[in-house]
Amino acid sequence: MARFPSSPAFWRSPVRGPRFTSVLGLVLLAGMSVLFVTGLLSYAAYNPDLSQVNDQTPDKGLLGFYLFAWPTDPHWLYRLTQGVHVTLGLALVPVLLAKLWSVVPRLFALPPVRSLAHALERLSLLLLVGGALFEFVTGILNVQLDYAFPGSFYPLHLYGAWVFLAAFLAHVVLKLPAALRNVRALRAGLEEGEEQQAVSGTLLAPDPDPPTMSRRGAFWLVGGGSAVLFGTSVGRSFDGPLRETAVLSPHGGPEPGTGPNGFQINKTAAYVGIDPREAAPEAWRLVVTGRSGTVRLSLAELRRLPLHSAALPIACVEGWSTADQWWRGVRLRDLAALVGYDGPEDPPDVLVDSLQRRGAFRRAALRGNQVGDARSLLALDVNGEPLSADHGRPARVIVPAAPGVLNTKWVTRLDFGAL
Amino acid sequence: MRRHMSLMSLGRLRAVVGNPFQLLLLACSFALAGYAGVRLLAGETLQVALWFVGSALLHDLVLLPLYATVDRAAVRLLGACGRRDWTPYVRVPALLSCLLLLVWFPLISGRVDARYAGATGLSADGFLARWLLVTAALFAASALLLALRLRPRRRPR
Repeated sequence: MARFPSSPAFWRSPVRGPRFTSVLGLVLLAGMSVLFVTGLLSYAAYNPDLSQVNDQTPDKGLLGFYLFAWPTDPHWLYRLTQGVHVTLGLALVPVLLAKLWSVVPRLFALPPVRSLAHALERLSLLLLVGGALFEFVTGILNVQLDYAFPGSFYPLHLYGAWVFLAAFLAHVVLKLPAALRNVRALRAGLEEGEEQQAVSGTLLAPDPDPPTMSRRGAFWLVGGGSAVLFGTSVGRSFDGPLRETAVLSPHGGPEPGTGPNGFQINKTAAYVGIDPREAAPEAWRLVVTGRSGTVRLSLAELRRLPLHSAALPIACVEGWSTADQWWRGVRLRDLAALVGYDGPEDPPDVLVDSLQRRGAFRRAALRGNQVGDARSLLALDVNGEPLSADHGRPARVIVPAAPGVLNTKWVTRLDFGAL
Repeated sequence: MRRHMSLMSLGRLRAVVGNPFQLLLLACSFALAGYAGVRLLAGETLQVALWFVGSALLHDLVLLPLYATVDRAAVRLLGACGRRDWTPYVRVPALLSCLLLLVWFPLISGRVDARYAGATGLSADGFLARWLLVTAALFAASALLLALRLRPRRRPR
């Protein structure tokens, strides 16, 4: 009988037990909660309720109930929330795998169904495990630009997260009391198994192999896995020598270039089909529209407007970010004033168009609070030099705390109050 | 007598149905999961369902049995050589290395090289070499620790 996984004696590891599972479960409870909240924040940061062009998930329905105008302060807000989301997610991979390993005997336990409630709980566990793995797999593939998943990343990762959350909440309500009890017993130094003898399927192997590592050692191993993933990823949220430490993760290692424009690039000009002739200063014109009409500006005319500076980072949904770069250009609110929004009223929303031929967000919307921020620029220079082609020459948007893709590059048109 | 019978069947019903609080909780959970689920499946319905359920099945029925079997075989092999206590010195570096491979497989295998280099302007080379170097460093560190443990101890006089 011990030849089949349905027999408790089939499982031999002395590490398995309710306490091992409980500790990992509590770590995941905290970690998954942070992942879910930072994920929802990232969704809000796109301002999907502002305009159709920002909304990758138009049929979200009630799931957008909490959306709010994404703030511009502090200017590193998205850098922080999204850096935590992706780096913590990577560090939790070993914890999730260890947790699933620790409970796998339950998958094969007999009888498969004891009651209607038990059957439904098992179905819910499929959503829990499938949901967790689906979220981790889609996220991890997306940050490596491996778009193997069936469909657009945004709806898959967002709706998948809600399916996971539904099962996660039920699981927490059902299991948290026992997990806390087990951890309390662990801390009180009780002998394992004493207090759980009455409970069926305690996960303790009835006939364990002699140990090859202690349970403490197993915790260290899981923690070591998290530390290795954290240590080889966290550097991608910083510039300079710290980025070099992110040896295996995307946007880790050396910078793509040197000099003022040498910092990280999300999508190069060639990749999104920028025609260098269209972006050349002689041919390029900025079209600005508003309630008082349309203004066309050449690059030289734009440079004659009052220029301002702002030190702001680029922060990507993929979790990497740069340190603050020193941008210089025309304030968005000054451009709004050119087309009739020069009164004391709140600045209008704006629709931004790019020369980009391919890729999502070649058209993006910014909210009034973003347009009105004195640090929101149509940047022409960065770190003291004109923008390079890959950073959006001749002009790009830079807004404090906004996700990278909303900082449109190769801007060709600004429609104020058009939303 | 009749009263006794109905109590018994009530108990049986309770056993078949299970905890009513749990039923209610799961009903709420499924309602939310369903609301999000129809949106999740709105596009490539079959493919997404396959990815969702498939990831759980692939993990539980392929990945986990695979690494558990390899681990058990390694322990047996070391045991057969009389070196069972060396297990952690093999298991820890191997597991950490496999973990890195699992997470960064698209970059290490080179399957996204062209897109990565084209989009980011960064070199896509070197992920495999760096993973091999990290793996070598992990095994080297493990071997060093083992050597330190096996070092003949000088006896105090």
